[in-house]
Amino acid sequence: MEKKLLLTKLKAIVAPYVQNPKGLERLNEDTNFLRDLEINSANLVDVALDVEDEFGIEIDNDSMERMLTVKASIEVIEAKLAAK
Amino acid sequence: MLDSAALLQQLPYSKPFLFVDEITALTDTRIEGTYTFRKDEYFYNGHFKNHPVTPGVILTECMAQIGLVAYGITLLPEGTDVASLKIAFTSSQMNFYHPVYPGETVKVKATKQYFRFGKLQCDVAMYTEDETLVAKGVLSGMFKIECK
Repeated sequence: MEKKLLLTKLKAIVAPYVQNPKGLERLNEDTNFLRDLEINSANLVDVALDVEDEFGIEIDNDSMERMLTVKASIEVIEAKLAAK
Repeated sequence: MLDSAALLQQLPYSKPFLFVDEITALTDTRIEGTYTFRKDEYFYNGHFKNHPVTPGVILTECMAQIGLVAYGITLLPEGTDVASLKIAFTSSQMNFYHPVYPGETVKVKATKQYFRFGKLQCDVAMYTEDETLVAKGVLSGMFKIECK
């Protein structure tokens, strides 16, 4: 999947959980979900579950722990898609 | 086999903020429990003046103690040190249908939606003893196990 499309899809997934709209406007690879978007840890779980549904992948505990930034999340999604 | 007393002992609450008397059913997917609101619960003095009714936040707390905390403890990996468990109530969506007065017993039923990455989300409902629906909604909480 093209990275730009992946980023667009990820942005749509995180949007409902974001508490800092400016952070969402400025979303880029370095965006940190907790610090820049003010998503709480419970909603971070929802992001992971929504990512699983959207991309048809399963996220393991280690991947979940890494998925704190847009960049890390894209890496996890790409790796899981490649392994499918 | 369900050992309600042992499970209650693991709950991180005490009077006046323990709202579970007994766990009556437990499976992989659901839990049920009961609580009788004592006539002298501390909040009846102020909610409301001269007209005691159990506050909705307390009914929600009762549902969370049974449907999230008691249930969550049973879903943790074998050998988890429950005493070091950190828990947080993370979301509540609740509708209320019927008041609960001092001295009434309520039944709470909770069904697991998911328990992933330390987050438990359940459909919960509360009933009076004659099965009248009191409240219904969705609750979630996070469980964090301290690693030494």
